[in-house]
Amino acid sequence: MSEVTEQSLQAAGKDARPIKLACRNVWKLFGGNAANFIRQRDGKASMAEVAAAGLVGAVRAVDLEIRQGEIFIIMGLSGSGKSTLVRCMSRLVEPTHGKVEFEGKDLLKISDAALIELRRHRMGMVFQNFALLPHLNVLENIAFPLGIQGQDRPTREARAREVIELVGLNGREHFYPRELSGGQQQRVGIARSLATKPEIWFLDEPFSALDPLIRREMQDELMRLQTMLHKTIVFITHDFDEAIRLADRIVIMKDGEVIQTGTPEELVVNPATDYVAEFTRDVDRAKVISAKSLMRACDGAEHGGTVAPDAKIASFSADIVSAGKPFAVVNGTGKPIGEVTPQAVIDLLAGIERPGAAI
Amino acid sequence: MTVTASASEARSRPVQAWLAVWACALAAVLVVFLLQDSAPWAVNYPASAVVPVADWVSALMGWVKSNLSWLTRSITAVLGVPLDFALNLLAKNFKIGHGADTVVLPRLSWVGICAAAFLAGRAAGGWKLGVLVGGCFAYIALFGQWTSAMLTLALISIAVPFCIVTGLFAGIWAWRKPWVERLIVSPALDLMQTIPTFAYLIPMLLLFGNSPVSAMIATAIFATPPMVRATMLGLSRVPSEIDDFSEMAGCTARQKLWRVLLPSARPTLMVGVNQVIMLALNMVIIASMIGAGGLGYDVLLALRALKVGEAMEAGLAIVALAIALDRLSQAIAHNHAKGHVHREVSPSFWRRYPNLTLAIVILAVTTLLGLFVPAFAAVPKAITLTTAPLWKAAVSWVTINFFDTIEAFRVALILNVLNPVRAFCEGFPWLGAVFLLGLAGYQLGGFRLATLVAVLTAFCAVTGLWEKTMATVYLCGISAFIACLIGIPIGLMASRSDRFEKIVTPVIDTLQVLPSFCFIIPVVMLFRVGDVTAMIATVAFAVVPAIRYTNHGIRQVPPALIEAAKVSGCTKRQTFLRVQLPLALPEIMLGVNQTILMALAMIIICAMIGTRDLGQEVFIALSKADSGRGIVAGLAIAFIGIVADRLFNAWTAKARARLG
Repeated sequence: MSEVTEQSLQAAGKDARPIKLACRNVWKLFGGNAANFIRQRDGKASMAEVAAAGLVGAVRAVDLEIRQGEIFIIMGLSGSGKSTLVRCMSRLVEPTHGKVEFEGKDLLKISDAALIELRRHRMGMVFQNFALLPHLNVLENIAFPLGIQGQDRPTREARAREVIELVGLNGREHFYPRELSGGQQQRVGIARSLATKPEIWFLDEPFSALDPLIRREMQDELMRLQTMLHKTIVFITHDFDEAIRLADRIVIMKDGEVIQTGTPEELVVNPATDYVAEFTRDVDRAKVISAKSLMRACDGAEHGGTVAPDAKIASFSADIVSAGKPFAVVNGTGKPIGEVTPQAVIDLLAGIERPGAAI
Repeated sequence: MTVTASASEARSRPVQAWLAVWACALAAVLVVFLLQDSAPWAVNYPASAVVPVADWVSALMGWVKSNLSWLTRSITAVLGVPLDFALNLLAKNFKIGHGADTVVLPRLSWVGICAAAFLAGRAAGGWKLGVLVGGCFAYIALFGQWTSAMLTLALISIAVPFCIVTGLFAGIWAWRKPWVERLIVSPALDLMQTIPTFAYLIPMLLLFGNSPVSAMIATAIFATPPMVRATMLGLSRVPSEIDDFSEMAGCTARQKLWRVLLPSARPTLMVGVNQVIMLALNMVIIASMIGAGGLGYDVLLALRALKVGEAMEAGLAIVALAIALDRLSQAIAHNHAKGHVHREVSPSFWRRYPNLTLAIVILAVTTLLGLFVPAFAAVPKAITLTTAPLWKAAVSWVTINFFDTIEAFRVALILNVLNPVRAFCEGFPWLGAVFLLGLAGYQLGGFRLATLVAVLTAFCAVTGLWEKTMATVYLCGISAFIACLIGIPIGLMASRSDRFEKIVTPVIDTLQVLPSFCFIIPVVMLFRVGDVTAMIATVAFAVVPAIRYTNHGIRQVPPALIEAAKVSGCTKRQTFLRVQLPLALPEIMLGVNQTILMALAMIIICAMIGTRDLGQEVFIALSKADSGRGIVAGLAIAFIGIVADRLFNAWTAKARARLG
């Protein structure tokens, strides 16, 4: 039972990992006298008030906590403020109000020199349109951030060759950006942002400019890198499928506000608003929903097999349907905590909602 | 929906009102004109009320000259060093020591320079360009213009880097500080480019004397603006993501500018460099009047002596030089725009820069050979050709056989077109012009534009130059009108036929690179001096933008719109008249605007062949070194240009806004 509590605690956001980056009531308003407007209201204002003051609210009252080592995805359609928000996190855009905490320290209060140091060594960013320097070749592009720090040529080129190896661009060192395909260019962008060994890695719609097949390949590549590097990743996308594939947690934004934060499964199982539900409607639920969401208390029937609570339905749906018997959901110690019936799996796959079902 | 409807209603009503306003205004001006006996001051600006701006400027310049001569002299001395070096290297030989001990180090061999030009062309644009560039230089050598051409080239080669560096820094400054751009750089650039080239020469002559240095400074000032503009444009066009990237990489402000933004802006900067080179060439030719020497001086001398053959030869050498420099710098700019291609990196200089090494070796070898074989040092007389007698014969033949036709054409043009328009312009009441232009300014751009236009127009009258201003306006107006009459239909035809465009494009490309001087020579041959010659030369010079912008304007109409028109059943004619033409109109008007500005610049240069307008005023001032008179006349010319430019721009902006 204690397992369950811990899981539910984790699901509720009580993660043991330290908070790497946090936004506390962050606002970005555009328009004259925006700073005064929000200060006078003590960091609180409705959308109508913002509009009435003739301001544009790109980011409104955002509270977020990003934990070390997680892939945190900011998902929203164009104009939802996700790009502005990530630029507030790195101070490319100066927030109008609020705090951005990097390991507990307010990023908005540090000096320009400290900010430059922070960006040089601890932050990396990948851009939608790659932002490669057209006059430098692959090797020089990747070594560029190191050169900015003042590293000498042999050192920085050695490091650049390491990351070129890492992203699989060997043999292309002396190519210029325009000689590379989109996917290859983004590999250069990724390698460049990794060359400085950053702790927090911002990816601003990194795969949106690529065609679907390459996008998938690059998503796999990102997952492969993450299993090796364990960075804290802030990933922006407008593609919900991409978010579901990659995310540990997703935050959904609309009109500059956070609508819902949660794991992919939470969003699919418990969408906070119709807006979120709209996104989740076409998601392949079997790949998102795990056994523990579908299980019910054991009713004494014979079990055809066992699954872990976190196992996605898709990973055992064929087995359970062909077995025709419920599977026991067992925790780490092998103790059953419930069961999943073939009928429940079939219902899920067929998209049938039955009253009394677990979801 | 309701908002747009009411807005368009609100807009359509004032059109009627404006018609009435304009009718009243014209009537009022007519009344002033008819009543000129009772109120002559409103028609001809009274001589007693002329503000002696010219005298003030003269006094100021006199003070500067007498009190700052130490400064101008040291500037001359400092700039003289690199300039002398370039002149000696390319044209004059180095002379060290005096009298009998003089050691002469030879200039670069002409054979070597032709070979280097070929190699540069080949490196930048392949064999074809190599042959073209090398051929242009060989042409200059074979037609006996080598030394003059190298003098011109030496001046350019020193002025251009100066322009590039100055322009780059001014552009960076303006880009960093918006107020600098708005208050200093933008107005300065407008003025620098609308003040006629002649007017630059006078203060330079006064401050730096009749020398290559003053010619170089005038050239540098004239040719810098495109670099400033290209820098500002290039920097503002760098994608915002690259800007963000440089921030995230932890660049300091300086690292960001020099290592990220400027290199990323390089294609645009290279376009600026190309324009700087061409403007510098144009100005160096004109600056031959204050001691630049070179090809321009040859043309000037020949024109003054009416030796059309010699003028034509030197003129063609200028054309060859212009084409070589333009195609070469354009090819380099084009390579930058295309982006880099990877190559084997090799440690040895020779392998990395084979063309450069080869060029240096050939230059050194041929120059050394020149010490022993005179044919390498100077172009041997035996192989030079001259076409001067040919040109002369051609002109004589045309004159003998077609004199009556040409003369009849000339006289008819003067009597039926030029003179009536001139009389109308010169009789136009100055107060009426100020009033009408102000009104136009108010309608197109509101109160600020109206004030600007009225004040600038009034300046021309208040300084006592009204009659000459109107003489300039008349010639410029007619020429621009005819240029549009010719250019817009050609542009329309080019836009509708790819084959025709292929023929037109190289012609207008070449017309555009020719220095303004060159247009005068052939026309003078046929029509002798006078207003008709000036008009024809100006039309030829100013027709290019009318063609180019019209063609581009029609072609840039989105294909989707044309398809939509076709699908809704438009005939080709309807598509053209109802869709393409209206959408292209702002662009075409931009071309007309450019045509007017170019016509104005050319009309002023035509003062050399005896027009009686502001250009003549500047020309006289130049020969008398009367700075006040020249500068005020130069400003009056610049103001005509600015008034026309602002009104047209406001109109175009309005039309653009309406089209969305």
